[in-house]
Amino acid sequence: MSSVLFDTPGPKAIIRYRWIGAATVIVVAGILAFIVFRFIETGQFTEAKWKLYTFPRVWEQILQATGATLSAFAVAAVCSIVLGLILAIGRLSDHKVISVPFTIFIEFFRAVPVLILMMLMYYGLPPLGLTFVTPFVSVVVALTLYNGAVFSEIFRAGIESLPKGQGEAAYAIGLRKSGVMRLILFPQAIRAMLPVIIAQLVVALKDTALGFLITYQELLYLAKQFGSQAMYGSPIIPSIIVMGSIYIVLCLILSGVAKIVEVRTRRSPRSPKEEVAPEVTTTQLLGVQYGDHSGNQAP
Amino acid sequence: MNVLLDNLDLFVTGFRNTLLLFVVSGFFALILGTIVGAMRVSPVPAMRLFGTIYVNTVRNTPLTLILFFFAFGYPKLGLPSVSYTTLAIIGLSLYTATYVAEVLRSGVNTVPIGQAEAARAIGLPFTQTMTLVILPQAFRAVLPPLFSVLIALLKNTTVAAGFSVAEAGAIRANLSERGEPLLIGLLWVALIFVALVSLLSLAQRAFEKKWRIAR
Repeated sequence: MSSVLFDTPGPKAIIRYRWIGAATVIVVAGILAFIVFRFIETGQFTEAKWKLYTFPRVWEQILQATGATLSAFAVAAVCSIVLGLILAIGRLSDHKVISVPFTIFIEFFRAVPVLILMMLMYYGLPPLGLTFVTPFVSVVVALTLYNGAVFSEIFRAGIESLPKGQGEAAYAIGLRKSGVMRLILFPQAIRAMLPVIIAQLVVALKDTALGFLITYQELLYLAKQFGSQAMYGSPIIPSIIVMGSIYIVLCLILSGVAKIVEVRTRRSPRSPKEEVAPEVTTTQLLGVQYGDHSGNQAP
Repeated sequence: MNVLLDNLDLFVTGFRNTLLLFVVSGFFALILGTIVGAMRVSPVPAMRLFGTIYVNTVRNTPLTLILFFFAFGYPKLGLPSVSYTTLAIIGLSLYTATYVAEVLRSGVNTVPIGQAEAARAIGLPFTQTMTLVILPQAFRAVLPPLFSVLIALLKNTTVAAGFSVAEAGAIRANLSERGEPLLIGLLWVALIFVALVSLLSLAQRAFEKKWRIAR
């Protein structure tokens, strides 16, 4: 195979590549072996440390915590997509009075770290008498505000990536602005941005872990709790292995969905041909998350 | 305003540590990210494989989990004990490096293959193909998203506050000890972050303008 960086290798290069490949395998295996060795050395794989995970009651709790993570994610995902639609419509308004406040709102929530938003909810609001603000509410609201702002930028970038003729043709056949948006622009924009939308959902799922820092009882909270059970030898590393795997698998599944959708969108005859498709998602996602107002993919 | 001025010491130390985390982790993330990015576009299959595994795993791991491991798991491994700040820097660098690697890889991939073929066809050797043709073009495509990664890193440093690093996210805990209104204190933290992020996106736009290419 040939790429921008190198040509199809000849016989000499193939041998050289094999040597480099072997060296890489040795280095990586060395690093992994060191980590595993440290784990064994400090007794992380002993029966005593894993005994906790033989009880069905423990797994029930893990299941509950996974449920807590997923429910926060699900509620936040739905709310933030709705909020994103509203914000996108507001920002795309032709009236300055409407679009400017929406822009400020979006820019503010895109720039503030999600953890600070969560703390604002959880520590800042109850003293004002808003006692209904539980960790769950704080996690969901903070994720909704941040991701809503990002989703609105995703929708906007999607609409701006459409050919100008789409909107013009819609106006020409007599649709009003609401019709143009609802019937012509949004469906195409959402379709084009679907991989980016799902990739952002992965970010939201990952960010639910921040709830741990404001005492939301999700997987990491449980890991901390189990990890400090002195009776079972404080199995913090086994706990991290178990809970971490659950988190990573959940995210990997969602990322896998994003990948499938991306491939399908690209294969579909309706989507415009792109030379550099597979890498676009990351770049676009970063673009809408922070700065980069062109919102477009690389040239 | 009083909350900010009366507790200026807290805010100054907090944001100084935030910037320290940002600069140091940014530095290491760029180095590690460049190595991993190079692995992902290298002609050696083993390197590509390991690069892909690393990027895909770490990118699908919550940063909180990574810092959790370094804060609570690492001390149990009997390795030389280091400060929480150092551990946070290691965690942030490992996490951000995957994003740097992805950005670099997609930057290289935006250069049309014809550019390299043309460069080889006119007889340029490998180093000149790289330094004169490929890298200048890739660099321009990489710059804006790279700034986005740095902005993300700046915001992510707050997570370290949850793991015993006295940075901007930890201002809240100290404020509540002093009995100050938390909402106002946190709003100040949020506003300073907005200012810092705006500063970075201004730099991003300036560079983008300066290096824009018309293709």
